[in-house]
Amino acid sequence: MEIKKTAVAGTLESSDCMVTVEPAKKGIELELESAVIRQYGRQIRKVALATLKRLGVRNARVSIVDKGALDCTIKARVECAVMRAAEHEGRINWGGMIK
Amino acid sequence: MKNAVGREIPEEIIEITGKEPFQGNYYRDDKPITLHGPTIRPVMNNQKSKLVGSIREALEKCEAHDGMTVSFHHHFREGDLIVNMVMKEIHDMGLKDIRICASSLGKAHSALVPMIEDGTITNIESSGVRGGIGEAISKGKLKGLAIMRSHGGRVRSIATGESHIDIAFIGAPTADDYGNLRGIGGKADCGVLSYAIVDGNHADHCVAITDCLVPYPNFPAHISQTKVDYVCVVDEIGIPSKIATGAAKPTTDQRKLLMAQYCTDVVVNTPWFKDGFSYQTGVGGASIASTQYLADIMRERNIRMGFGVGGLTKAMCKLLEDGMADVMLDVQDFDLDAVKSLKNVNHHRIPAAVYANPLNKGAVVNKLDYVVLASLEVDVHFNCNVVVGSDGMITGAQGGHPDTAQGAKCAIVICPLLQGRIPAICTDVTTVTTPGESIDVVVTDYGVAVNPARPDILKALKEADCVPLKTIEELRDIAYSIVGEPDKVEFEDRIVGIIEARDGTIMDVVRQIKEV
Amino acid sequence: MSNPNKYRLRRTMMFLNCQKPSLIKDPYVYKPDSIMLDLEDAVAEREKDAARYSLYHALQEIDYRGVERVVRINGLDTNLWREDIRCAVAGGCDSIRIPKTETADDVRTVEYAIAEAEREFNRPEGSVLIMAALESARGVINAMSICDSSERLFGIALSGGDYSKDLQVPISGTGVEFMGARQHMVIAARAAKVQCFDTVWTNLDDMEGFRKETEIIHAMGFDGKSIVNPRQIPVVHEIYTPSEKSVIFAEKVIKEIDTKKAQGIGVFTVDGKMIDIAFYDGAKRTIALAKASGVYKGDL
Repeated sequence: MEIKKTAVAGTLESSDCMVTVEPAKKGIELELESAVIRQYGRQIRKVALATLKRLGVRNARVSIVDKGALDCTIKARVECAVMRAAEHEGRINWGGMIK
Repeated sequence: MKNAVGREIPEEIIEITGKEPFQGNYYRDDKPITLHGPTIRPVMNNQKSKLVGSIREALEKCEAHDGMTVSFHHHFREGDLIVNMVMKEIHDMGLKDIRICASSLGKAHSALVPMIEDGTITNIESSGVRGGIGEAISKGKLKGLAIMRSHGGRVRSIATGESHIDIAFIGAPTADDYGNLRGIGGKADCGVLSYAIVDGNHADHCVAITDCLVPYPNFPAHISQTKVDYVCVVDEIGIPSKIATGAAKPTTDQRKLLMAQYCTDVVVNTPWFKDGFSYQTGVGGASIASTQYLADIMRERNIRMGFGVGGLTKAMCKLLEDGMADVMLDVQDFDLDAVKSLKNVNHHRIPAAVYANPLNKGAVVNKLDYVVLASLEVDVHFNCNVVVGSDGMITGAQGGHPDTAQGAKCAIVICPLLQGRIPAICTDVTTVTTPGESIDVVVTDYGVAVNPARPDILKALKEADCVPLKTIEELRDIAYSIVGEPDKVEFEDRIVGIIEARDGTIMDVVRQIKEV
Repeated sequence: MSNPNKYRLRRTMMFLNCQKPSLIKDPYVYKPDSIMLDLEDAVAEREKDAARYSLYHALQEIDYRGVERVVRINGLDTNLWREDIRCAVAGGCDSIRIPKTETADDVRTVEYAIAEAEREFNRPEGSVLIMAALESARGVINAMSICDSSERLFGIALSGGDYSKDLQVPISGTGVEFMGARQHMVIAARAAKVQCFDTVWTNLDDMEGFRKETEIIHAMGFDGKSIVNPRQIPVVHEIYTPSEKSVIFAEKVIKEIDTKKAQGIGVFTVDGKMIDIAFYDGAKRTIALAKASGVYKGDL
């Protein structure tokens, strides 16, 4: 999936996270800010990177500001930000690209 | 060396502090100890005035010097102005290596951080620290060791001379010119001066600071003229709205109400819930709601509370007012209703020593049937952590937690299973502050766990079939299944603080946080 | 095609905004019978996409511990509802709630899309149930045909906010404006042997009013109530708790019918009352309610 513009998804409310996806020239650059970074930073990065991979994102600058979100929320917000940034329209591949 | 809660206490810490590792709750029971008295300057000359014009003058008259220990009480809570006021003067005098011995320090005292950084303050003894100071200690900025001790533990350490106070500063809502101090009648009432009484008894010098000077004699005094060297009048000692945080609105958070209901169900279905029972609870939404549920059942079954104790709130004082409790014993007031309730003849002030000192001839906590507590973390050994956040940062205070948990026949800890993504029920707490042997029941929104060391309680709750019973391991597993197992927080080797057990042994150590 | 969940107990159906992770992460601790994960009114127009991703992963990854997961899709007058259904069915929802249902055809339109999604995402045919919210005078008048529209339909719900607007009256708090709709809907639902649910009560400061309203709709025969806050759950469950007397009676009825049926006897007496097989379902329902309320520990 090609990142065409900057897009944001999510909020800074408790249990949520805000994900910003921007176009980038080369590779994935992931920045993470989280109150639980010492205990869950590794896990959040892992989930975010796996989600980007599944979406076929090769080049993007991604920043996550986490407020204690569960993995399912991290995935949902990354997907939403990417789909918005890629200007995706139409049917969504539930269970495939979104998993 | 591993202590009785399985925590490694390094030899060097045992050497530096001269303390022993924790050996279990009753290690010092019945063992002789010698108490310590202060060195004082008697006031025989009836011409002498105790009034001083400034804190600076008081400091000079008390022979303030490098390396001295100064003490404070925390009855003004987050509205306290005394600590910053005094420490600024000490800082301006250029004094160094000061040890602070406070009953607690909070967010109101973040102004002390630069003084920690520049070496004015090198040691801190407190129930705990929040905000800026906690962060500074966790980041290794304090030169010496921080010592966290419970309210009872503090009295013990001062009374036995382990902590020697050079100058005690006692903020007093009212004082007369000869040093009779009261917690009421002024502009910033805190109700009681319970935590400061031991300071008055054992400090070499004692300075009262007030913003409301009243005619002699300010009686009945909560701290007597016989303990006080100097009286200093200032503009403002505390911010009233932050002292009594106001009668908190009853919580409408269903999760807290659910836990409150479980907690009440535990209380009323265990054998000590009968006429004349005793009870202590906290200031959180669930605790207060639980007290209200309890009151309904007391009314229904015609059961009276013999005595309530603790930091008191409107909910507890209402039991006294409504004639459902015989006596309230008060070491701290959390709201204005509790302060007002002191007018009731059965609402008594008690010193922290009477409340919780483990090494006197028996404290009030020993007579408790129930205590309801909170906790940042509880592990599968029922150890509690109320001082260090799950991220490794010092952020809370022991308060009376270890004292009441040990004393009470049934110690109940209420905490939601998850705080955001952080599991409150875990395999090992970050830092042990209250040993699992003191904790009997853990109430969460996902169910209730009973310490296997208390088959009597488990049996009673099973028979009553009143709450969803789980093992503590089940609760941990549920938590981890939802949020994932957390990575272990990484620390530097350097030890920045110790968690002292009630009896003065070492419960755990706190290490410097690793930057990420 | 008979789904065993069709007649499950639904005393409390709690609305949750799909767009709020803090709300959807563990509502089961409050023990509602059903949650209604909302993609419609609670979600802002520009967050409709975000709500779907949240919904899909919540359905896939959160263990709702037996609480029924109903998804409220956007209205058939939008271009959102088809993708909502694909998302919900793919995620594994139990039921779809159709907003603003006006006719039996509305239900059949949704049923067709659900069946298509079941095939696309390899879910057993008929596994997803339907409930229809009636939000207009026309919808309420058509209650009977809507109830009869689909084997998947387990019930109808009154949606008071929109309905009162359609009636051109404000919500009074007395329930007078809902009298006809409520009575009509309960009768239609009972005639079609489906369930009937009452509208939400939104004034959380007036818990007494909520209690009174719940007592009324309970007495009218509603199966449950839509709710907006977990505080409302214990109140509804308390009101729906059968009395000790009725539980004992129901237990006797069931046991008697079971034995008498084996003996080929059709009519007999329990506690002096004439009983026949027509009492069986009612007695079963009383026991189910009693079990859910924690007041029945017997062996039925």
